[in-house]
Amino acid sequence: MVFRALRIALVFAATLARPAWAGDQPAQPPSPAPGATSAAAAAPIALVYLALAVKRSFPESYLDQPPADEGLAGANVALADNNTTGHFTGQDFTLDPVAAPDEAGVIAAFRDRLGKGARAFVTDVPATLLLKLADLPEARSATLIDAADTDDRLRAEDCRRNVLHVLPSRAMLADSLMQYLVVKNWRRIMLLAGQTADDKLYADAMRRAAKKFQIKIVADKLWSFNPAEQRADTGHFEVNTEVANITQGVDYDLLVVADEEDNFGDELGYRATLARPVAGTQGLVPTAWSRVYDETGATQLQNRFLRATHRWMTERDYGAWMAVRAFGEAAIRTHSSDPAVIGAYLRSPKFELAAFKGERLSFRAWDGQLRQPVLLADPRSLVSISPQPGFLHEFFETDTLGVDQPESTCHLN
Amino acid sequence: MSPQLKRGFIALCYLLAAAGAARADHLYVSNEKDNTITVVDAGTLAIVKTIPVGARPRGLLLAKDRKSLYICTSDADHIEELDIATLAVTRTLQSGPDPETFALTPDGKTLYVSNEDDNEVSIVDVAAGRISGEIPTGVEPEGMVVSPDGKTIVNTSETTSMAHFIDAASHKMVASVLVGSRPRFAAFTKDGGQVWVSSEVGGNVSIIDVATHKVIHTITFAIPGVPAETIQAVGINLSPDGKWGFVALGPANRIAVVDAASFAVKKYLLVGQRVWHMDFSFDGKTLYTANGVSNDMSVIDVGDLKVTKSVPVGHLPWGVVYGP
Repeated sequence: MVFRALRIALVFAATLARPAWAGDQPAQPPSPAPGATSAAAAAPIALVYLALAVKRSFPESYLDQPPADEGLAGANVALADNNTTGHFTGQDFTLDPVAAPDEAGVIAAFRDRLGKGARAFVTDVPATLLLKLADLPEARSATLIDAADTDDRLRAEDCRRNVLHVLPSRAMLADSLMQYLVVKNWRRIMLLAGQTADDKLYADAMRRAAKKFQIKIVADKLWSFNPAEQRADTGHFEVNTEVANITQGVDYDLLVVADEEDNFGDELGYRATLARPVAGTQGLVPTAWSRVYDETGATQLQNRFLRATHRWMTERDYGAWMAVRAFGEAAIRTHSSDPAVIGAYLRSPKFELAAFKGERLSFRAWDGQLRQPVLLADPRSLVSISPQPGFLHEFFETDTLGVDQPESTCHLN
Repeated sequence: MSPQLKRGFIALCYLLAAAGAARADHLYVSNEKDNTITVVDAGTLAIVKTIPVGARPRGLLLAKDRKSLYICTSDADHIEELDIATLAVTRTLQSGPDPETFALTPDGKTLYVSNEDDNEVSIVDVAAGRISGEIPTGVEPEGMVVSPDGKTIVNTSETTSMAHFIDAASHKMVASVLVGSRPRFAAFTKDGGQVWVSSEVGGNVSIIDVATHKVIHTITFAIPGVPAETIQAVGINLSPDGKWGFVALGPANRIAVVDAASFAVKKYLLVGQRVWHMDFSFDGKTLYTANGVSNDMSVIDVGDLKVTKSVPVGHLPWGVVYGP
C-alpha cells in the first residue's frame, strides 16, 4: 500500500550477501528434467530484482518490525516456483538481487545490468526513481515490473510503455473499500489524513472513490499531532484526548484514515468520540495480500512462504512474488528466453496469472496495471473481497476497480 | 413417539430392510468444513448417517471391491478407510502431508496421492497402509488419475500448470504437458486414448492425446449473463457410454455437458453454488454433484440432461462418491 521500501532496514544490503532465504526453499525435483517438453537447453531467463534500501523512520507500533528481506523473499519463492516448472520445460530462471542505499546507486546498478544484457527487471523503488530508470534510453527494450508502488500517476500521465504494475493502485484500493461501503449502506465517512505526500495521495484516492460511489465525506481533516509525543510514558492520554477532539461534533458511519507509514492510524480505534469503526490504511484495509487470507488455494502460498522464510508473507512480498511469476508465466507459455517475446506476451490478452485470487489476472492494455480482486481484511480476519457482487462491467468485473479505459489519462503512444 | 419407541421403530426398519431386498446404494459426500462424511440413501435421497472423520475431508475413492471408502483428510495428513458395511472408520493409511486427491490402480493395491503442500506424489501400498515411494512433481500437485490399463499415472500441478505423465512401472516422468492455469482434475477416456484436464483459473479443459502427449483440443465455456472470471473448470466425469463429458464449473454454479466426440458444449445445467466434484450411479443414469457453497448435492438425470433434485448435506461439500 504505502511505498514500503521505507520499511526496509539498512541491514537489507548486508542481508543480500547472506543466503538466508535460500535455506528452506520448496523442494526441487532432481535433474535432469524427466519429461521436459523440449530438450532445448536454452539460455537462462535472467531476472534482476532492483531495490532502494531505505531506513524506515518511525514505526508507530513495534509489534510488526519490517523484515529485512521484505519483497525479495517473495521474489525468491516465485523463482523456485518458476524453476520447478522450468525443470519440466527445459527452462532455467535466475534472479540477481540488487539493493542500493540511494538513487544514484540504484541507477548505476540498473545501467550496469542493462549493459550486461539484462532486460527483465522487478523493481521495488519509489515512483520518482522508477521513472528515472524507465526513461533511460538504454531501458527502452527492457521490461520493468513494478512490485511496490501504488501511485496512480504511474498508471496515468506518468505511465511508461516499458513498465507494468502488479500491486493495486491507490484508486483500486479506495474503490474496493467504497464498493463495500455501498453494500453495507454506510454512506457517511469522516476522512482523516496524515501529513506525508503519500498520505495526501491516499486521501485523494479516497475522495475520488467516495464521489464515484456516492459516499458522502462529512468531515475531511488533517492529523497534525506530533507522532513523537505518543511515545512518551503517558502518551496514550494525549492521543486519546487528541482523537476525541478531532472527531468531536461530527456524525459519520466510518472513520477512513490515510496513514501509509503507520504513524497514527492504529491509535484511532476506541478513542474517537463516537463508537465507529476505522478503515483505510489501518483497521479494515483494502490490500492485495494479508496473512489472514486462505481462500482459493492461498493457503499453499502462505505455507510455502512460511516454510521458506519462517515469517508471514506481506503485501510487498506478494508483489514481488507476482512480478517474478509473471515473467515466469510469460517465458513458459512462449517457451522463450527472448526478452522481447516475453515482454510482448505479458501485455497480450493471452497472458494470465494465477495468483490465488480465484480468477485469472491480466494486465490492462491501457495503463499496464494488473487487474485483480482486492482483499478487505482486518488484522485478524478476511472481511470481504472486492469487486462486490452487483458492480458489473462489460469485460472484466475487476475493471470496476481503479481507472477504466475511457477515463484513463495514460497515453502509451 | 418416545425416544425408546423411535429407536425400536428404526431398528425394526433396519431388520425389515435387511430381510428384504438388497440394501439400497448410497452417496458419500465429504464435507470439508464439518469434518464429516454424509451418507445419503440413493433411493430416497434421505440422509442415513453423518460420520465424523479427520480434519478437512476432500478426495474420496471407492475401493475396487466396493467394501470400503478411502478419504483424504487433508489437515489430518493421512487417509482414512471407511467400512461400507458398518459405516465406521476402521483404519488410517499414510499419505504424506496435505493429501487432497488420489487415484487407485485397477488392481486396487496402490494409491497415488497428491501432496499439495509438498510438490510430490506419494505412492501408498494399500494393504500395508504405508508410503512405499515418492515421485517429485510440479508446484502444488492436485489432480491424480491412473489409466484404465494401469500403465500410466497422470498428475496435474496447479502453479506449474502442467499434466505430468508418469510411467506406473518405473515411476519415471515420461512427459509434462502445459495446460491452462491451475489444472485441478484429470480424467481418462474409457479407451485410455485421451486425458481431459480441467483448468480452474484458465477456465477451460485441455484434451490431451495420450499417444503423442499433445493438446489436441481446448474446450472453452461461455454462459450468457455469467462473468467469464467465474467460469472455473474443476471436476470432470465422462459418461460410461462414452457420449458425454460433464465438467463442473465451480462458482459459475453450472455443469457443462460436452459432446465427447466433437468437444462441443451442448448444454449448461444449473446446479448449486461452487460445484466441485461429481460421480455417476453404477448404471450411469444419474450424476451427483457436490456444491461447496450452497451445502447441497444436486441430482442430474443423465438421459434427460436435467437437474431433478437438490439434497442438503454438510458444510462445504467437496467430493461425492456413489457406492453400495
